[in-house]
Amino acid sequence: MIGSTEYIILLLILLAIGTIGVIIRRNFIIILMSLEIMLNAASGLFVVGSGITGNMSGQLFFLFAAAVAAAETAVGLAIAIVIYRKKGSVETDKFESLRR
Amino acid sequence: MELVVLLILIFPLTGFLINGIFGRWTKPLAGVVASAAIVSSFIMALAVASGYNSLPFDHIYYSWISSAGFSVPFGLRIDSLSLTMLLVVTGVSSLVHIYSIGYMHNDEGYSRYFAFLNLFVLSMIILILADNYLLMFVGWEGVGFCSYILIGHWYKNPAPPKAGIKAFVVNRIGDAGFIIGLLFIFTHFGSLNYTAIFNNTSTLSVSLATVITLFLFVGAVGKSAQFPLYVWLPDAMEGPTPVSALIHAATMVTAGVYMVARSHILYSMSPISSEVVASIGALTAFFAATMALTHTDLKRVLAYSTVSQLGYMFIGVGVGAYWAGIFHLMTHAFFKGLLFLAAGSVMHAMDGLLDMRKMGGLIKKMPHTAVVFIIGALAISGIPPLSGFFSKDTILAEALKLNHPIIWFVGVVTAFMTAFYMFRLIFLTFFGKSRVPDEYHPHESPAVMVTPMWILAALSIAGGLVGLETAHGIPMKNFLSSTLGFPPAAVVETNDNLLMIISVLMGIGGIFLAWLMYIAKPSLPAKLANSVKVLYSGCKNLWWVDQIYNFLFVKPLWWVSHNFLWKVVDVKLIDASVDDVGFLSAFTGKTFRLLQNGFINSYVTWASLGVVVMLGWVIYSGGIR
Repeated sequence: MIGSTEYIILLLILLAIGTIGVIIRRNFIIILMSLEIMLNAASGLFVVGSGITGNMSGQLFFLFAAAVAAAETAVGLAIAIVIYRKKGSVETDKFESLRR
Repeated sequence: MELVVLLILIFPLTGFLINGIFGRWTKPLAGVVASAAIVSSFIMALAVASGYNSLPFDHIYYSWISSAGFSVPFGLRIDSLSLTMLLVVTGVSSLVHIYSIGYMHNDEGYSRYFAFLNLFVLSMIILILADNYLLMFVGWEGVGFCSYILIGHWYKNPAPPKAGIKAFVVNRIGDAGFIIGLLFIFTHFGSLNYTAIFNNTSTLSVSLATVITLFLFVGAVGKSAQFPLYVWLPDAMEGPTPVSALIHAATMVTAGVYMVARSHILYSMSPISSEVVASIGALTAFFAATMALTHTDLKRVLAYSTVSQLGYMFIGVGVGAYWAGIFHLMTHAFFKGLLFLAAGSVMHAMDGLLDMRKMGGLIKKMPHTAVVFIIGALAISGIPPLSGFFSKDTILAEALKLNHPIIWFVGVVTAFMTAFYMFRLIFLTFFGKSRVPDEYHPHESPAVMVTPMWILAALSIAGGLVGLETAHGIPMKNFLSSTLGFPPAAVVETNDNLLMIISVLMGIGGIFLAWLMYIAKPSLPAKLANSVKVLYSGCKNLWWVDQIYNFLFVKPLWWVSHNFLWKVVDVKLIDASVDDVGFLSAFTGKTFRLLQNGFINSYVTWASLGVVVMLGWVIYSGGIR
C-alpha cells in the first residue's frame, strides 16, 4: 500500500534532483527545466498535504502554481532567447559581466 | 555707582565688538573708535574716583557659577588699591591707544590690532576689579591671551608668532601654579571671594598660608616676568611697540605685583613666602639689569629694564611695604610707558630699525622724542624730583628699615646699573656723531604720537609728588594703606636723608659713567670689555639662560616628543591602530568578495546551502512553533 510517506519521499527526491540540476548544470535551458522539476515537487507536496488533511485548497493551489509556472517558463525562455542573441550562447559561465 | 562701574567694562567691550566684527568696514575709524572707548572708560574711572569717599565699593552683578557648595558671583570691588590700578590702566591705555593711531596708521591689521587692544583693556579691568580670585583669573588669562595675540600681530614674519607662543607657554607654567594656589584656597576656605577669605584667616595655619602664597607667587613670577620665568618678556618685544608699552611695561606684567598686594593678608601671614618674594625680586632686579648693560637692541634694553623694575616692585611687596610696591608700579607705568612710546617713535622714524649702533645724534632730528626720553630716563634713574626717585627710594628705604640689608644693597647697586644702561642708551641713540645709514631718514613723529608722550612725561615728572612727606604723612601711603594696611614699624634705625643721598648719588654716578664711556672716551667700553672678559660675555650673552633652558627643558622635551611621542605613540600606537581598523575591513571585504564570482550556479549553491542549514537548525531545535 502506498501511503502519503512514500509520496513525500518521492517528491523530496524530485526536489533534490531539481536542486542539483540547477546547481551543477551550466545550460540555461536545462537550469530552467530543473527549476520546473523543483516547482512541481513543491506543488506536489501541496497536493499530498491536501490528501492528508482533506482540505481542497491544497489542490486548488497546485492549479494556480501550474498556471504561474507556465507563465514563468515563458518569461524564462524569452530571457534565454535574448541572452542567446547577445552572447551567442546560453552557457551560464559566460554570464559574468556583473562581476566586473 | 553700580552702573558707572559696569560702564568701565562695557566701553572696551563695545569697542572690541565694533572693531572685531565690523573692522573690515570701520577700518579708517578703528583707531578712533577704540580710543574713544578707552577714554570713555577712563572718564568713568575718574567719576568713580571722584566718589571715593564711599569706598570700598563691592557689588555682585549676577551669580556667575553656582552649584552645590561652590558659587562664584560676577562681583566687582573697588577699593583704594583697585582704584589706583584702574586709573593707571585706563589712563595709560587711553594714551597708548591715541599714540597707536599714529604708530599703526599704515598697518594691514589696523582694526584687528585695535580690537584686541580693547579686549586687552577689558581683561585687565576685570583682573583689577574682580572681587574674587576666579574672576581675577579670568582677567589674568584674558590679558595673557591678548598679549599672545598682540605679540604675534605681525604674524607673517617668522619671529613674532614664535615669541607669542613662547610668552604663552612660559605664562602657562606660572598659571599652573596659580590654579594650584586657588585650589588650596578653595579647599580651606570653601570660597574664592576676597572678603570671605581675608576675614577668616584666623583658621589658616602658617604652613598652609606659605603653601598657598608660594603657589600664587609662581603665577606672579610667570605673569610679571620674574626669575626664572622672565625669558618671555624680552622676546615679546617682537610685537608692535605700543603693545610693549601698554602690556609689557605698564599694565599686564604688573598684574603679579597687584595679585601679591591683593593677597597681602595671606602674604603677611607667611614670613617665608614674603622672604621668597623679596629675594626673587632682588635677584631679578639685579640680573635683568646686568643683561640690559650690554644689549644693543633699543627695545630689549627697555624690556630687561622692565624685568628689573618689576623686581623692585616685588622687593616692595616682599618686605611688607605693599603700598611702596604699588606706588612704584604706578610711577613705572608712567615712565616705562613713556620710554617705550619714545622708543617706538625712534623706531617709527628709523623704519623699524632698533640697533643702537646704527643711531646717534638723533636729538637734532627728533627733539621732542629725545627730550621725553631723557625725562623718562631721569625718572627711572631716580633723580629727584622725578617720580621714579620717590617710589624707588621708598622701596629701598623700607627694605632697609624692615631689616633686609642685603636686598637693600642689591637694590642700590641695581639703581646704579639702571642709570648707567638708560643713559648709555640715550647717549648712543640721541647724542654723539650720527651713525645712521644713508638709506634712513629719521624725522619727528606726528602730533598724535608726540602728545601722549608729553602727557606721560608730565606724569613721570609729577607722578611721584603723591609720595612726598606732608604734615599728614605721605598721601599715597595713607590712601593705599586703607586697603593694604600700614607697613610694619621700622626694625632698623636709619638715617633717611643719608639713604636718599646714596640713592641720588647712585643715579648720578651711573649717568656720569655712561657719559664717560660713550661721550667723553668712546674707546673705553671696548677696553673694559677686554679686561673683564667673563663678566662681559656673561652680560652680552644674557648669562646663557635661554641656552640653559633650551638644554634642560626644550631639548629633552623635544627629544621625548620626537622619539617617543611621535615615533612610538603616534606612529606605532595611534596611527597603527587606525590603520589596522582600515586594513581589517579591507581584508574582510576582499575575502567575501570571492563569493561574488558572477556564476549563477555558485549563488544557487550558497542559497541552497543556506536553506539546508536553516532547515537543519529548525528541525534540530524542535520545529516551528
